[in-house]
Amino acid sequence: MSSGVVVLVGAVFLACAVEMVEALTIVLAVGHTRGWRSAFEGTGAALIVLAALVAAFGPALVHVPINVLRLVVGGVLLIFGMQWLRKAILRSSGLKAKHDEDEIYRAKVAELQSLGSTVNRDRVAFVMAFKGVFLEGLEVVITVLTLGTSAHRLGLAAIVAAVAVVLVGAVGVVVAKQLSNVPENAMKMAVGILLVSYGTFWTGEGLKVKWPGNDLMLVSFTGIYLVVVGLLVAMLRRSAPQRSSEVVA
Amino acid sequence: MTKRQSLPVRLVKGFAMFWWDFLVGDTPELFVAVLLIIGVVALLSLAGHFNTAAVIVLPLLAVAALAFSVRRAQRSSQRK
Repeated sequence: MSSGVVVLVGAVFLACAVEMVEALTIVLAVGHTRGWRSAFEGTGAALIVLAALVAAFGPALVHVPINVLRLVVGGVLLIFGMQWLRKAILRSSGLKAKHDEDEIYRAKVAELQSLGSTVNRDRVAFVMAFKGVFLEGLEVVITVLTLGTSAHRLGLAAIVAAVAVVLVGAVGVVVAKQLSNVPENAMKMAVGILLVSYGTFWTGEGLKVKWPGNDLMLVSFTGIYLVVVGLLVAMLRRSAPQRSSEVVA
Repeated sequence: MTKRQSLPVRLVKGFAMFWWDFLVGDTPELFVAVLLIIGVVALLSLAGHFNTAAVIVLPLLAVAALAFSVRRAQRSSQRK
């Protein structure tokens, strides 16, 4: 297995696992509070729409000229990856509150309970489950389509994404309300590093840069960005007191 | 009373809003930085020794953009 494939599998798996944890928190909150029927209907509807999007855009992307595709995908991954890294760095250094799944779960339950119950079909529960799964799933779809098509490994990316979603889903159902135990910030940081590495690599490829060592450069980028992120976290921790309750935009 | 927009208009607006939030959101500096990175590397292709320069400049600019964005967030938190 080449180093490029290893990085691809790691990036897709971790990104999908993180998004699945976030979607699952919302679905569990909806199911426990408003009933499972509407929660499952909302989830199912969102999955159908997401599958339709993949079916519509996946084959179309294959026909885009490879250099154009890699430049656009590289740019998108650079932006997306740096956004994830920025958040993870701020959370690690205490400048931004950590993503607390327990707190999100409690807030969602309180919000749903305040809306009152319905006798027939629960529209609120359906919409909330649909939105949660659709929005988090859309990020999974974008990650899989961009990484998969640029590496000519769309099938592999889709299989890895499915494995991550099923695995996190199964574990999530078993542990139910203990999703906060998932080391989400560390996973987000790892995904951010992989996305920025891929983003740098493909932006260069799209601009016809010949990387020394070809795919091996991806591993070098991962190492470089890992060191940079470590340095940035250490610098922020040194220069600012811990203020975990404060939230930065 | 506000006039309700038609479904196609709402869908297009929603689609545009999704991409705006996804790519720009609360970190416009990262969006601009990536455009700059692409522009600089594309300009380098017009000069000699393109490949050597691009191999160094591309990751270096990405690191600089990330550091700038993190520093910006730190400054904004210190002002609060």
